[in-house]
Amino acid sequence: MSLKHFRAVFMARNREFIRDRSSWAWNIFFPVLLIAGLAVMFGNDNRSLFKVGVYPASDENESFFDTRHMQFLPIENLTPAIVRVQRHQLDLLIDTTAKRYWVNDTSPNGYISEQLLLAKTDASYMREIVTGREVRYVDWVLPGILGMNMMFACLFGVGYVIVRYRKSGVLKRLKATPLAAVEFLSAQVASRLWLVMAITLCVFFGTHFLLNFTMHGSYATLVLVLTIGAIALITLGLLVAARTASEELAGGLLNLFTWPMMVMSGVWFSLEGAHPMIRSLSQILPLTHIVDAARSIMIDGATLFDVKWHIAYLLVFSVFCVFIGAKLFRWE
Amino acid sequence: MTAVIEVSHLVKHFQPSKKERVNAVNDVSFSIESGTCFGLLGPNGAGKTTTVEMLEGIVEPSSGTILYRGEPIGDAFKRDAGIMFQNTALQDYMSVIEALKMFGSFYKHTVPVERLIDQCSLSEFLDRDTRKLSGGQKQRLLLAIALVNDPEVIFLDEPTTGLDPQARRNFWALVEDIKSRGKTVVLTTHYMEEAKLLCDELVFMDHGKIIASGSPSELLSNRFNDVLIELPIAAVPETLPALAAHTVNRSDTHIDIVTTNIDETIQHLLAHHVSLAGLEVRSRTLEDLFIDLTGQELRA
Repeated sequence: MSLKHFRAVFMARNREFIRDRSSWAWNIFFPVLLIAGLAVMFGNDNRSLFKVGVYPASDENESFFDTRHMQFLPIENLTPAIVRVQRHQLDLLIDTTAKRYWVNDTSPNGYISEQLLLAKTDASYMREIVTGREVRYVDWVLPGILGMNMMFACLFGVGYVIVRYRKSGVLKRLKATPLAAVEFLSAQVASRLWLVMAITLCVFFGTHFLLNFTMHGSYATLVLVLTIGAIALITLGLLVAARTASEELAGGLLNLFTWPMMVMSGVWFSLEGAHPMIRSLSQILPLTHIVDAARSIMIDGATLFDVKWHIAYLLVFSVFCVFIGAKLFRWE
Repeated sequence: MTAVIEVSHLVKHFQPSKKERVNAVNDVSFSIESGTCFGLLGPNGAGKTTTVEMLEGIVEPSSGTILYRGEPIGDAFKRDAGIMFQNTALQDYMSVIEALKMFGSFYKHTVPVERLIDQCSLSEFLDRDTRKLSGGQKQRLLLAIALVNDPEVIFLDEPTTGLDPQARRNFWALVEDIKSRGKTVVLTTHYMEEAKLLCDELVFMDHGKIIASGSPSELLSNRFNDVLIELPIAAVPETLPALAAHTVNRSDTHIDIVTTNIDETIQHLLAHHVSLAGLEVRSRTLEDLFIDLTGQELRA
């Protein structure tokens, strides 16, 4: 492989992207506006209900559990429920057998729920205080939006562009030179990778500065997961473009991959309550692993070790796509 | 002279559908001598571009052999060949100078960019986006890209199609310049004037086969021993017994009389009081040969 050849194609592709102003609008302004819009829409959570977790079940003798406008949720396992109190997802958690309750002392709803409990019960409950910042919807959805933006930029930015090159004869002209296919393809991957990562990190840190997202994990681990995720998505784009010569077919194939990922990779909503078959299918999709890993790093403070299976899957997926894509690749 | 490219029994089949099989090139053999301009002529769909693209290593032959300096097409050929396709697009948002530099970086031995700019007259639009070039400017750039590696063999596939007469003549001057440097040029064209001016050797193809070959003068002298006398139609009566022995082609404005003896034909015309005002005598051209070889029916 010649570095001189690689560099020439890499620089040409960079210039093409940077000079195309419409791609800037799509890649940067669109996700920023989306995140800002979601922050405004879901920033003020006007819930009429107070959410109280009850472990293992409500005490029928207590009038507190009949309080209107209060939702009582049965809890099977205390540990994750306490984390939900820390994140303000539950206002109060009551253990009716051990006569204990947990409240987040920074949560206004927690304070009101606690006062209601104390006013309406005769039993003496032990108070357990937890602390923790509220996890807003925008905190939860951010990894999904970053992943989705990466998905479109990688699949269309590589897959569609190579098909366009093939259709217009750019690839045919390059084939007539000593440039090797591996040099051309690796330059496309490298160019798209650094551009996507630069854009994703700009969007992340730019919106982080404005909205101060929850970030319990390591930035380095997050960047690593996003980088490996971008590689997996780019290689999927290469696979789609390996020998497709029609832009219409390429557009259809790319939509065939992107739409299931939009819906089934947990970008907008959690798949916890979804049908087990849907959850299993979602595990095939690379975006699911990118979003899950990024979300657990940011919200749960997961370490590199904790997300190892997501990273392993993304690497295996990338190797598979590169192998099949290289086998199928045609200049024309 | 030595053969740079030798082609023997070249065949290319395409199968557009299960029931259809197209024999685009059917048992074609020829050789191209070093330092000559070799022209491949024929109507649309004759198999010219398929043949040239097999020579260029772009299309894989179904059977037959192509040798470049006695060896199968390989790295040496890619290093020594300069190619100008019929339709070539460059990457978007790329200027002329950037395109020259990018293609230059694919080769070890290159011509200095300044020389290419000068040779192909690119200096006026060096920083222009390649998508915004005129037809003539784009063809000059594509020629410069084909010359970037100082090639021994240059392939030009219909290089002047769509250009205005001025741009075409300008391009011919560039090809003449390349020829004067001792390079081998392989040219396909629809323009017989272009073929006559530039080519030393010609091959006519039709239906995937070679139907005639030789130098332009050989081809004409072997096929024709006559000339054309052209007269305004008004000057010649509809029935003229003196012309019964000649081939006569009538158009709306002119009448063409094919003759092997000009003096005798003119004397006949004068004897029948035909006015010779507006008379033109012309030799047979490659265009006549083209029509004679391939017929006059409309091709796709």
